[in-house]
Amino acid sequence: MIELLGVTKTFGSNRVLRGVDLTIPKGSSMVIIGGSGTGKSVLLKSILGLVVHDAGLISLDGEDVRKAERDAFLARFGMLFQGGALFDSLRVWENVAFRLMRGPTKRPNAEAREIAIEKLRRVGLGPKVADMFPAELSGGMQKRVGLARAIAAEPEIIFFDEPTTGLDPIMAGVINELIREIVVEMGATAMTITHDMSSVRAIADQVAMLHEGTIKWSGTVAEMDATSDPYVDQFIHGRATGPINPVR
Amino acid sequence: MTPSGALRAVGRPALETLAAMGRITLFAASVLGHILRPPFYPREFFVQLLQIGWLSLPVVGLTTLFTGGALALQIYSGGARFNAESVVPSIVAIGMVRELGPVLGGLMVAARVASSIAAELGTMKVTEQIDALTTLSTNPMKYLAVPRVLAATLAVPVLVGVGDAIGIMGGWLVGITRLDFNSATYLRNTIDFLEAWDVGSGLVKGAAFGFIVAIMGCYHGMTSGRGAQGVGRATKSAVVAASIMILAANYILTEVFFTS
Repeated sequence: MIELLGVTKTFGSNRVLRGVDLTIPKGSSMVIIGGSGTGKSVLLKSILGLVVHDAGLISLDGEDVRKAERDAFLARFGMLFQGGALFDSLRVWENVAFRLMRGPTKRPNAEAREIAIEKLRRVGLGPKVADMFPAELSGGMQKRVGLARAIAAEPEIIFFDEPTTGLDPIMAGVINELIREIVVEMGATAMTITHDMSSVRAIADQVAMLHEGTIKWSGTVAEMDATSDPYVDQFIHGRATGPINPVR
Repeated sequence: MTPSGALRAVGRPALETLAAMGRITLFAASVLGHILRPPFYPREFFVQLLQIGWLSLPVVGLTTLFTGGALALQIYSGGARFNAESVVPSIVAIGMVRELGPVLGGLMVAARVASSIAAELGTMKVTEQIDALTTLSTNPMKYLAVPRVLAATLAVPVLVGVGDAIGIMGGWLVGITRLDFNSATYLRNTIDFLEAWDVGSGLVKGAAFGFIVAIMGCYHGMTSGRGAQGVGRATKSAVVAASIMILAANYILTEVFFTS
């Protein structure tokens, strides 16, 4: 279980997180929604320690993430980055098998390659792709490779940062379905940040809305559709008028 | 401008420069701290050795070849004023190995390598590849910075050594084709007047310059700002800072090596 209590983060004079309280139960799929620039990525990166939060507590299974042994802590996570973040200089299979070829769980190259090809197949990519470089792939294929890399070491927790941004609706649907299937199949805890409502409906068990540095609302997808909360209502229906100022 | 405004205008950039120097020093100390501690990435090290060393050879070779030739012409022309044309081989050799080989080699590597490292790592930063490394339990300092710094520190002295030889050859070519020197005499004068420490000091300078180049490239790349402009600024800063630091370090090392 991931727990955040009063988490704050400020960049210069910009107070991005102003006391975030959130619980993500083990094995559930939490989707964080909110407008651009509301601190969703900062929140996600704070959990991973890529951004150091100023105050508050972030714990994983009751242990403060700042005190956790770094390698063991990160080994429990997989992450799909917004732009894929594939390593340009490595072939696709080397990207997917990156973690498997290094560190305490290092495997022989041939075995790592086999696992990479199997994970690529799982996300709908053929073995031919394995020897290509990321720059030779389309945006949708890069996302799939990023997804394959995120699940390659079969992590307990997977983070998805804007998984459908920049994709056409059909490819976005494919990625959403893949994420849902993989999360269910692996029994992983998932945390997704997005402002794509089709992703929310496809992926989420629980939804939380981040606005002005705090969690404004949280509940299930059905509760989200039925809520009278003006912030959620404006966001999910994409209205220009309401309590959320569209010009930030 | 008021006196306090003028003071602020001078003080702010001075403080920023000092702060940047402090950050670079801490970065360099961190890289040095990681060099001896596992995990090691030999594949990345050898790739960088090839990129920084082997692929810089044509640039350094051509630079020193033409410099050696021009130096021979200049010394011959200047020496003629007091009938000292015969010193051309020895001055070319000493000038190349002590000063021009390391400095010009270092500057050419700074232009080619510091820019390339800063642009590559800067792009990796803005496309979240450095964050991705961290999430894959790989320390970016160990995986990205250490192989580059180690490779540059080892490769640049070799480049300087080869550049020295090519520069001396440039002087010899001009000497025997344009200045009527006898080939054997030119080479004998070169060897007779050259001491081991002349060459050794140049190689030590090369190692220091290689370290500076890689540290500047890695630091500016890994702290690059956002977007194309951020990467462009990081690349420019890496080359400028590396070049200035090479010239400053050259002066300090020359003081240490040759004035005591």
